[in-house]
Amino acid sequence: MKITDIIQALDLKIISGQNGLSNEIKGGYVSDLLSDVMGNATEGQIWITLQTHQNIIAIASLKEISAIILVKGSLPENDTIEKSNTENIPVLSSDLDTFSIAGRLFDILKME
Amino acid sequence: MQFKHKIAGGDFAKAGNIASSVKKILRQLNIDHAVSKRIVIALYEGEVNVVAHAYSGIVDVDIDEEKIKITITDKGPGIADIEQAMEEGYSTATPQVREMGFGAGLGLSNMKKNSDSMNISSVPAEGTIVELITYIKPDAR
Ligand SMILES: Nc1ncnc2c1ncn2[C@@H]1O[C@H](COP(=O)(O)OP(=O)(O)O)[C@@H](O)[C@H]1O
Ligand SMILES: [Mg+2]
Repeated sequence: MKITDIIQALDLKIISGQNGLSNEIKGGYVSDLLSDVMGNATEGQIWITLQTHQNIIAIASLKEISAIILVKGSLPENDTIEKSNTENIPVLSSDLDTFSIAGRLFDILKME
Repeated sequence: MQFKHKIAGGDFAKAGNIASSVKKILRQLNIDHAVSKRIVIALYEGEVNVVAHAYSGIVDVDIDEEKIKITITDKGPGIADIEQAMEEGYSTATPQVREMGFGAGLGLSNMKKNSDSMNISSVPAEGTIVELITYIKPDAR
């Protein structure tokens, strides 16, 4: 499944990193602890978090995360947006909380 | 092949830059994907530890046909009790650093799990040296 399909299905707002929107999604990961993501997330996953600072892009890029979903309507900081655009890692935003958005994403991905 | 990078303590904006440039080099060298993923995790955590806990540091990377050796040498407070520091969940990170999602106390264990050998030596009030070795061909361990 492509990120663009997820954006539509989950009604996500595209904040930045448009050039990465054709990335393929292979599952999801939910965590706000950066070492947990570093140690346990895998390539191609979509990462749901409430962290908005630029280190999330560094991690996403190192781990080859396909996109980041920020929860509860959070918006990233400006340097996060810039980095997301240079690394081509889409930052998306949902008005829902982590539990709700993760649940919906899980439902969509399990049908694959 | 050998190279050196500097790390400035407290500079969270640049945390991960060294791991990123090493990752590119490992890709150019056609290093096995699974091996390079482990190296990137371990190096990232080592880099973040200098940023979060020390004043300045140097990363030496030495790649030969058999292995990659990464040595992270910092000037800083050092680690008085290395065994305790290795425990998952143990962290002396400040509340601000924790709020950013760093300081979960999982860094050193990530480094241990993602290298073939890890050696820490430290002098309190002087600094810390972390040496990570990873074999390029997984069966050469
Ligand atoms: N380079 C270092 N210099 C001084 N102290 C360190 C260093 N690396 C790790 N530590 C100590 O070990 C603890 C655990 O490190 P780690 O497992 O990476 O967790 P975290 O960095 O999330 O606190 C740190 O909180 C710190 O007290
Ligand atoms: Mg750490």
